[in-house]
Amino acid sequence: MAECHPVGFQWVMEAKSRGATVIHVDPRFTRTSALADMHVPLRAGTDIAFLGGIVNHVIQNERYFRDYLVAYTNAATIINENFADTEDLDGVFSGLDRENRKYDFHTWMYEGMEVQAASGSRDQEYQDRTGNGSSVSEAARGESHGSGGAAIGGEPETDPDLLHTRCVFQILKRHYARYTPEMVEEICGVPRDLFLRVCEALTANSGRDRTSAFVYSVGWTQHTVGVQYIRTAAILQLLLGNIGRPGGGIMALRGHASIQGSTDIPTLFNLLPGYIPMPHAHEHEDLDGFVQGEAPDKGFWAEMKSYTVSLLKAWFGPAARPDNDFCFDYLPRLTGSHSTYETVMAQMEGRCKGYFIVGENPAVGSANARMQRLGMANLDWLVVRDFSLIESATWWKDGPEIETGELRTGDIATEVFFFPAAAHTEKNGSFTNTQRMLQWHHAATEPDGDARSDLWFYFHLGRIIREKLAGSTDPMDRPVLDVTWDYPTEGPVDEPSADAILAEINGRDAEGRPLASYEQLRDDGSTTCGCWIYCGVYADGVNQAARRKPGGQQNWVANEWGWAWPANRRILYNRASADPDGRPWSEAKALVWWDPDQGRWTGHDIPDFSADKEPSYSPPDGARGAAALAGADPFVMQADGKGWLFVPAGLTDGPLPAHYEPQDSPFPNALYRQQRNPVRQVFSRRHNRYQPSGDEPGSDVFPYVTTTYRLTEHHTAGGMSRWLPYLSELQPEMFCEVSPELATERGLEHMGWATIVTARSAIEARVLVTERMTPLRVQGRTLHQIGLPYHWGPNGYSAGDAANELASISLDPNVHIQEVKAFSADIRPGRRPRGPALTALVEEYQRRAGITEKTGTEV
Amino acid sequence: MREPVMVPEAEFRSYYGKPVINEPVWQSPDIPGYLYLGGLAGASSALGLGAQLTGRPGLARPAKAAAAAAAGLSLAALVHDLGRPGRFYNMLRVFKPTSPMSVGSWLLAGYVPLAFVSAGTAVTGLMPAVGTAASAGAALLGPAVASYTAVLISDTAVPAWHEGHRHMPYLFVSSAASAAGGFGLLAAPRRQNGPARRLGMAGAAGELLLANAMEKQMGMAGRAYKEGRAHRWMRASEALTVAGLLGAGAGARRSRLAAVVSGAALLAGSAFTRWGVFEAGLQSARDPAHTVIPQRERLRRRPAPGG
Amino acid sequence: MSPARMGFFTDTSICIGCKACEVACKEWNHVPEDGLDFTGMSYDNTAGLGADTWRHVAFIEQRRPLGLQEAGVAHDGADPSDPEARTALRWLMSSDVCKHCTEAACLDVCPTGSLFRTEFGTVVVQEDICNGCGYCIPACPYGVIDQRKGDGRAWKCTMCYDRLLVGAEPACAQTCPTKSIQFGVLDDLRERAAGRLDQLHAAGVTDARLYGHDPSDGVGGDGAFFLLLDEPEAYGLPPDPVVTTRDLPAMWRHAAVAALALASGVAASFLRAGR
Repeated sequence: MAECHPVGFQWVMEAKSRGATVIHVDPRFTRTSALADMHVPLRAGTDIAFLGGIVNHVIQNERYFRDYLVAYTNAATIINENFADTEDLDGVFSGLDRENRKYDFHTWMYEGMEVQAASGSRDQEYQDRTGNGSSVSEAARGESHGSGGAAIGGEPETDPDLLHTRCVFQILKRHYARYTPEMVEEICGVPRDLFLRVCEALTANSGRDRTSAFVYSVGWTQHTVGVQYIRTAAILQLLLGNIGRPGGGIMALRGHASIQGSTDIPTLFNLLPGYIPMPHAHEHEDLDGFVQGEAPDKGFWAEMKSYTVSLLKAWFGPAARPDNDFCFDYLPRLTGSHSTYETVMAQMEGRCKGYFIVGENPAVGSANARMQRLGMANLDWLVVRDFSLIESATWWKDGPEIETGELRTGDIATEVFFFPAAAHTEKNGSFTNTQRMLQWHHAATEPDGDARSDLWFYFHLGRIIREKLAGSTDPMDRPVLDVTWDYPTEGPVDEPSADAILAEINGRDAEGRPLASYEQLRDDGSTTCGCWIYCGVYADGVNQAARRKPGGQQNWVANEWGWAWPANRRILYNRASADPDGRPWSEAKALVWWDPDQGRWTGHDIPDFSADKEPSYSPPDGARGAAALAGADPFVMQADGKGWLFVPAGLTDGPLPAHYEPQDSPFPNALYRQQRNPVRQVFSRRHNRYQPSGDEPGSDVFPYVTTTYRLTEHHTAGGMSRWLPYLSELQPEMFCEVSPELATERGLEHMGWATIVTARSAIEARVLVTERMTPLRVQGRTLHQIGLPYHWGPNGYSAGDAANELASISLDPNVHIQEVKAFSADIRPGRRPRGPALTALVEEYQRRAGITEKTGTEV
Repeated sequence: MREPVMVPEAEFRSYYGKPVINEPVWQSPDIPGYLYLGGLAGASSALGLGAQLTGRPGLARPAKAAAAAAAGLSLAALVHDLGRPGRFYNMLRVFKPTSPMSVGSWLLAGYVPLAFVSAGTAVTGLMPAVGTAASAGAALLGPAVASYTAVLISDTAVPAWHEGHRHMPYLFVSSAASAAGGFGLLAAPRRQNGPARRLGMAGAAGELLLANAMEKQMGMAGRAYKEGRAHRWMRASEALTVAGLLGAGAGARRSRLAAVVSGAALLAGSAFTRWGVFEAGLQSARDPAHTVIPQRERLRRRPAPGG
Repeated sequence: MSPARMGFFTDTSICIGCKACEVACKEWNHVPEDGLDFTGMSYDNTAGLGADTWRHVAFIEQRRPLGLQEAGVAHDGADPSDPEARTALRWLMSSDVCKHCTEAACLDVCPTGSLFRTEFGTVVVQEDICNGCGYCIPACPYGVIDQRKGDGRAWKCTMCYDRLLVGAEPACAQTCPTKSIQFGVLDDLRERAAGRLDQLHAAGVTDARLYGHDPSDGVGGDGAFFLLLDEPEAYGLPPDPVVTTRDLPAMWRHAAVAALALASGVAASFLRAGR
């Protein structure tokens, strides 16, 4: 966190100065470790084993917060009898369809109640819930399980004593029983005493009077089991009662400013604004069918139709009418996964012809960078918007494949357009941070030359396209002609007003007045709202995100600085900060509470709960939406109002996290016979070969574990830093970090060169030998890890090889993120070969390891 | 077996062996030349006046000419070494007794014109009264010009310079005397070279003794004079000065050739001393041990506060 | 009435080595880039203060414990599972800067008056006066001020004099995320530093010590002082700096005696001749 989020780290230091214990778990001793109370080195890619070990410790030693656990989580909920755990099936869950590499989630359901997920793969249940055909790509699964499915709605069976063998708590207990301290040591290389010190520190600082927080970044997400890493932390925090309470929670630190904002109002293929799922291509699907298929009946997601209709009204204005389903048919439909990596595959196969790259540098920053470039080399056209001529804009003339002779500039037909981009200091807009808080920034200066904001680019692109299509009678053009595109522009370059767009996102009532809350949204077309969770950011016609009232002039929650969704609540699900009767769990940790005199929820923060719903409220039969949740159900977005230890729906790879080895790992899975996540996404291609793992022959060709990361001095793939002298001079060259022991083993010299090799490619780096890299004892042998910053590429003021040349494309099945935080590799002294000799070196390694197109693709 | 190379653990005494102080940016030959020429000029002015007053025109004329030439060159060297030579006149913007360079600038501002007039009148024979007055003035300021440069370099944080601040002025004037005497031997007719010979020999002897004493007295920083280029300059200086001293004592009275050779040896020996001192300063600035170890020692000797 | 003396207190125990101070300083003061050198000195590729680096963050990897911190590493074949056998390791970071000495040698020796003391008690070079004589460079006991290549003048930290004049704090202090760099009235900072030192000692960080805070030291106390976790020399700082001009009166005396000796010597060489 100190490395990549130094500004946010000030609060960790503040907490430390007030007595907090800071524990840093990381393969490397970093700038964060330097300031932590404890650094726990572990083998990259084994965090589920580590966290699972803590879960086991908490359960075995009864260190959980029982009152919280029973009342607020699904610990007491009973799972249907068809569920089989990894304990029963040696590492996989019931419902695995090995042929199609998919799970059927039906056996994971609660006993007596079907629940819809609040996020994740909500289309899973479309068929069950509508009786209609399912998504084209999901058809296979639908057929294999018929149309039976669990009953919709109902109340789940529970055992508040947590003793029923099929209650979540007991399943959890059995599931993690094998995650012992010994097993943690064996898998992660974390010494037992260190592990137990972490357990003790965490449990001693959790409960009624104290809370602990988790902070993670892409070190947890970028794995073939990335989502389940976070899930394990969620389980732990729910067991310890650390969710919805001050000082608790799980903080996701994002890779860029406003990554949170770009998922809220998404640049993702499978989401509409406010986490409304993108419709799949079902036959004859209308708006009601969509809502019925994707939305739960209880909790705030039950109002999905109001959110969707208001969105369609914001987008299509008067053209969206009840009689045309509010233009629901204008929305594109998904026919499967269209993630960035599948897009690359489609480019290589000639199915994707054009590509926009905006503020990204996939030729350096995405896994298997060569595949990215080969994909782009197969396009008709490519648009790059960035500050500088990044590698993704120039690969066709000076990329690594030109050097190796794999590509010739004259043969590349891609037409490349480069547009200079304005910086954030040159435009108005908002950043949404990890706390879901929007903070407005004002342009300090006009952009130089032809540089323009993205807002300008897309607004004027849309305007010109609409002008060209004006008068068209082709129905295909209707969505473009009907879209509301009337933003006021200002200044010398006709910059669209960001303020006006924020007002549109906030939404208006039938009279055009700004809305104050998403609870005002209606499904009859009388309200507009560009993103329902942002409703209220422009309440009273005021840009609430631009508020900057100093912390000293308000209470410690500081609700008057910026604006956080939903409804300016700073801690999500904060009803959980009070006990089931509505009283704070403790004075020290009071946040919101029930005021019986006023008959309202009140407190330091804005309650994330229906303001006047009594703690004793019990929903009447047939209630739906928020009214269907009880007065002691804090997790208001969840269909059962509970925090989910066990996930009955929404995940593609299992209801509970289990440790699986990374795609390319030098170790066998010590916990199960199942080596890897059975439903991870793999793409066996000529340029994307996987490596033998564990005990397989050839695994020893790649004996070390590599992890990639960022340095404080640079930003991601370097587009914002490698062109700047002031940043380049601080970290001028690509380097690798190795321990003195590995340096001796492989003959590497401090400040010399090393070549790092995988089945994909080989790169060179200067060698930094440091005791901050420590050898680990894993499964009876010494393991060395290699640290690789991933900022460099061939262009820029500071240039070097890109670490992502080495990584394979192997993805988490839930969110399609690449596994670049842990993969096996070899390292050797000296610089890498140039030209065709580089390809020959990689091929030699492939031969030595016996790599074929089948290697590593097993379920 | 070789130790594995790695990010070196910073030893207690330094940060990756980096110098603590910044190395002087003064360049050779500008600054050692300036130190040398200032000495030669200052002592020559005094020698010139003495020769004039004692009726040795054959010694007076070249001594005054040498003083003027050396003064002019030294000024040029100083200006040339400035980062912004065009702003040299800023030296006379203020008078700061805390800045030896400011004092020196004013000194030179007074001395150089006098040395020029002194030499000009001596060579041309014009305006003898003015010449005598100028020569007297130059002879009065000359020794200060010769000695102030010792303060100039000693008043720094450079250990090999600062730690020698008690000896450096004496070393510098000795060296100046040796140079001026040497030049007198070289330029004056045999019968008029007596004072130059005596001055040169006395200067040479002082130079040898003081260089030795200074190196010994300054402790750790003295090592800079025993290493590298500084060591070579100092030893060469020693050899030349000894040779000049012996030559002057043995033959300069009788042989013009011996006078010329021994005079040249003294001149060169004096120059080499300045180069040696200059190089020693750069070397000790580069070595953190020269800064840290004596300071550590000083701290160790100092009674602990309250104890 | 002149304003109070302002200063920096750099608490290295909370420095995270982000180098934002280096960048903010360069941005605000238009200090040029200082070379793209991979030094191998841990994460320090800046190497030291100079004309083109007015803030420098040092990185020191040491086999020593940081208070009660657990580093978790095991080297030289030590058994990682044995807490006693594991290797001590700490990573010190420290942002160095011009000390703005009470008795500033650079200012004393400057012959042009280019270096001057401001109303805030800081030491600043006037870039339109400096003629690049270079005298301040070897005079500085900390190796701070230096000559800029191709420019010829001497440059160093101004404690953002221009910002102070409009009531703003220096760029480095403002950007420092953890408040490792604190700017304020020097007397207040000294008080705060003493409190912080006590706090660290109580927390078991017995290595913590103040540096440059003492007005009775060899430079009369620094306007920019530090809380360090090791000997100053480990950070490249002199352990007992003394302003060179303390010895200047003695030097002038010796020089005067030497000049007289030279004059006498010259005279003597004629006296003997006249005999």
